[in-house]
Amino acid sequence: MDAFTTHTGTAAPLRRSAVDTDQIIPAEYLKRITRTGFEDGLFVAWRKNEPDFVLNQPQYADASILVAGPDFGTGSSREHACWALLDGGFRVVISSRFADIFKNNSTKSGLLTVVLPQAEVEALWAAVEADPATPVTVDLEERRVSHGEHSVPFEVDEYTRWRLLEGLDDVGLTERHLADIEAFEARRPAWLPKALPAQPA
Amino acid sequence: MPKTLAEKVYDAHVVRSAAGEPDLLYIDLHLVHEVTSPQAFDGLRAAGRTVRHPELTMATEDHNVPTLEILKPIADPVSRAQVEALRANAAEFGIRLAPMGDRDQGIVHVIGPQLGLTQPGMTIVCGDSHTSTHGAFGALAFGIGTSEVEHVLATQTLPQYRPKQMAVTVDGELPEGVSSKDVILAVIAKIGTNGAAGHVIEYRGSAIEALSMEARMTICNMSIEAGARAGLIAPDRTTFDFLQGRPHAPQGADWDAAVEYWQTLRTDEGAVFDTEVVLEAAELTPFVTWGTNPGQGLPIAGSVPDPATMADDDERRAAEQALAYMGLTPGTPLREIEVDTVFLGSCTNGRIEDLRVAAELLRGKHIDPDTRMLVVPGSVGVKLQAEAEGLDRVFTEAGAEWRGAGCSMCLGMNPDQLAPGERSASTSNRNFQGRQGKGGRTHLVSPSVAAATALTGRLTAPADLADAPVPATV
Repeated sequence: MDAFTTHTGTAAPLRRSAVDTDQIIPAEYLKRITRTGFEDGLFVAWRKNEPDFVLNQPQYADASILVAGPDFGTGSSREHACWALLDGGFRVVISSRFADIFKNNSTKSGLLTVVLPQAEVEALWAAVEADPATPVTVDLEERRVSHGEHSVPFEVDEYTRWRLLEGLDDVGLTERHLADIEAFEARRPAWLPKALPAQPA
Repeated sequence: MPKTLAEKVYDAHVVRSAAGEPDLLYIDLHLVHEVTSPQAFDGLRAAGRTVRHPELTMATEDHNVPTLEILKPIADPVSRAQVEALRANAAEFGIRLAPMGDRDQGIVHVIGPQLGLTQPGMTIVCGDSHTSTHGAFGALAFGIGTSEVEHVLATQTLPQYRPKQMAVTVDGELPEGVSSKDVILAVIAKIGTNGAAGHVIEYRGSAIEALSMEARMTICNMSIEAGARAGLIAPDRTTFDFLQGRPHAPQGADWDAAVEYWQTLRTDEGAVFDTEVVLEAAELTPFVTWGTNPGQGLPIAGSVPDPATMADDDERRAAEQALAYMGLTPGTPLREIEVDTVFLGSCTNGRIEDLRVAAELLRGKHIDPDTRMLVVPGSVGVKLQAEAEGLDRVFTEAGAEWRGAGCSMCLGMNPDQLAPGERSASTSNRNFQGRQGKGGRTHLVSPSVAAATALTGRLTAPADLADAPVPATV
């Protein structure tokens, strides 16, 4: 996972709520067994069927920050949604509320999800609609989102922030606690089920 | 200090807890399918890691599998490559796999309970958001992403933050013809599609206690559609009776030890929930969705809502977008909406009781000639059971198609899809845009509403059928 410290780019206003992960990337694109190359599936139905869709507008074509309505990323647990956003050039998604699994996946794949109050989301929408070239800075070290003269703090738990700043892989971190895992395993009741060997029906 | 059921299960699995860090939680069972696992296995290989506990891992093929000609190679080369990748990974890492054609194959959330691998008090994960299904047994079961799949394969643990606690209490008796699917659709309509974010839901109350295991699984299955991390129900005699004698259930003295522990898995008197939601069972009716998320639902006696009457800007905008996609006009009675396809199946409603309820309504009748009905058992086990009971003949004689087991039209990763503009009544869990095929329009319904709808060709409750017997509650 790439480390994330601070990012400055332009932002695309996605004025929709409860954007589910089926919209971010439909199931047919999930048949691939690679971890990259999902940009062609990103919001593909809206890009194909809605000429006015925000990502079809040339002024937002190079946006790297997506500013979405509340409840972004509901539905399916597909991490491909994060990969598609990253492959599509996004490093940050801003919303007033995320679905839990999407938010969790984002922290594992290096996509920064930033929660701002809806009023701040509206202010960002207004700013980037008035001037799509508005540079927006998302600073994870300082925990601030800034555009023009405006700067607002955002909350992120210290542990997640540290992992993202360092670009650390969770498996490696957990392997430091192997002794704790072994001690726990020694205490597990013997009757807990095992899938192997297979038992006849 | 009094604890909720979910807190008890969580606390019993904490491997390590340190201030300022997520807890490390032990995972008792990891279910794997072909779609969300290949990149995780690649990650293991790249890092030179192994699967820590192959015997606590179970794989099956479900999302991509065709429901016709299942013994032939999959025609779609991309689907075939994904299924073959799972087979190669399972062989390389020593994981049990139930492939197409195997008697244990089926939707991952149907086979876990069927095999007795799903038991009370366990932690269960899968790279699939409907893992919450297993909560029906009093397990803490939740969906994870592919990075976490890799983490569990490598370490049999997951870093987790303690969830908030929500109680959904349903007291009283469900009216005839009202099922657990209607209960959960009513809950989601009430709290919204992300209303339980950050929470684990415990479903409780006399109406929940009266439900069968199949019906409980339907409710827990859709917890994610309200945004919950997981949903669960305290295990009781119904749970133990379902489990006893299943292939991987404990036996003899182990069974007694297990039951003794399972009986402690109840929310303590005085335990505190962060959020409480209450529904009266007697007030519930068959529910259907009209929009493009599972929270956009109404009693079937209602009409398509008018966005102009919605005070909240966000809700109005969402309703306008949903109605435009669904091709619906405000004020249209829901019962007048005509459908092209009825889909009976999925991890929500593809179990034997679901098929029995629908078959009872269809027995000796014929579906509407302009309507297609697909019946897709949730697993090979369900299929064989249904065939032993003669349900397959009831469906085919009524004009429905009897298919092989899998996820099928719930998400259209196989050839079972809606054509653009086609409308379905579906017993699955998501009515998202394009979910069942590009441009397809989905109305979520219970199995009995699905069967009644197949008979008339428009959204219909079983009670609307003049001559139909009222089916048993599921």
